[in-house]
Amino acid sequence: MILLGPFVFKIRRNLNLMRRTDRTPPEKGASLSLFFEGVKDTFPLVVGAIPFGIIFGTLADTAGLSFGATMGMSMFVFAGASQFVAMSLVASGTAWPMIILTTFVVNLRHMLYSATMVPFYKKLNPVWKMVLAFGLTDETFAVAVSRYNQKDSVRGKHYYNLGSMVFMYLNWNLCTFIGLTAGKAFPEISRWGLDFAMPATFIGIVIPYLISKPMWASVITAGIVSILAAGLPHKLGLMLAAIAGVMVGMVCEKIFSIKKEDV
Amino acid sequence: MFGTNIQSYEIYLVAGMACVTFAIRYIMFPVSGRFQFSEMFERGLRYVPPVVLAAIIVPSVLMPNGDILNLKLSNPYLIGALAACAVGGIFKNLLLTIVMSMVIFLGAQWVFAMG
Repeated sequence: MILLGPFVFKIRRNLNLMRRTDRTPPEKGASLSLFFEGVKDTFPLVVGAIPFGIIFGTLADTAGLSFGATMGMSMFVFAGASQFVAMSLVASGTAWPMIILTTFVVNLRHMLYSATMVPFYKKLNPVWKMVLAFGLTDETFAVAVSRYNQKDSVRGKHYYNLGSMVFMYLNWNLCTFIGLTAGKAFPEISRWGLDFAMPATFIGIVIPYLISKPMWASVITAGIVSILAAGLPHKLGLMLAAIAGVMVGMVCEKIFSIKKEDV
Repeated sequence: MFGTNIQSYEIYLVAGMACVTFAIRYIMFPVSGRFQFSEMFERGLRYVPPVVLAAIIVPSVLMPNGDILNLKLSNPYLIGALAACAVGGIFKNLLLTIVMSMVIFLGAQWVFAMG
């Protein structure tokens, strides 16, 4: 859910060099075709999200989340990684205020996305801004920002953004529902060892991040601290491990960059 | 429908998560132009997702029963996690990592349950 860097940098150049007339809204047909262009370009990411959504729904029963709360998360929170984290915290009996705090930390990166979008959304009215902000997931951000950055004068790229987010949203909710239903149809699914599906998924997400020494250092630090601090109440160990990991990563970044300059 | 109906704490939880997440995604639009992230803060944010996930993975794998550290190779969670690291590191494919490590985890669990 988080690892779509390549798409951000995907360079697509539509050489449709018309005169810049950003102020007038696009014609009806144009906005609809932009919407579906957004849907089309989001397709590979939707495929990638399918197993996540289904696993999320399937694990709900094991974790002790009700049908309503699980569906509610996908409908109103709409942030995959934090939904998984919240679910694993529910399973370990963590108090809800602590889970909300953890959600805040896990999703904080989205603030960078909205900061990036500020100039692109400038002329939109507040309702549009709210709708697009709600759908600013990792995937839709990645797709939409690359379209906005294309040097063409196509008007109404927010329809493209909308198409991407609507497709992601419908797919995420449908997959959550399918997972919930599968979990209900096979109640013994929880004894199949699905509690390992979550760490397995997380390991798969973390690995692409491990491309630099500071990243390795930060992840290893977080792992060690999480064990040392496991006894702390309210899952404070998680927070402590995250802070320690980020700090070690940044210190290492500094050390390595100084070393490079010396050489 | 699901054995358990929605609990009141779950309503607080979902509402709180929804508010926090939307606030993070929206706040920059009304306040834009009034402040800028420090470069250090932005760099720090990049570490957040892998670090939080690592802090969840490690205890759930090494302390599957909640409180006791289990570093033995008879711990199926450890076997599965090592498999996930290996498969993920070699093939760099998320779905393959999940499926392969699940199979190895279930196999290990089954073997150790046999005796």
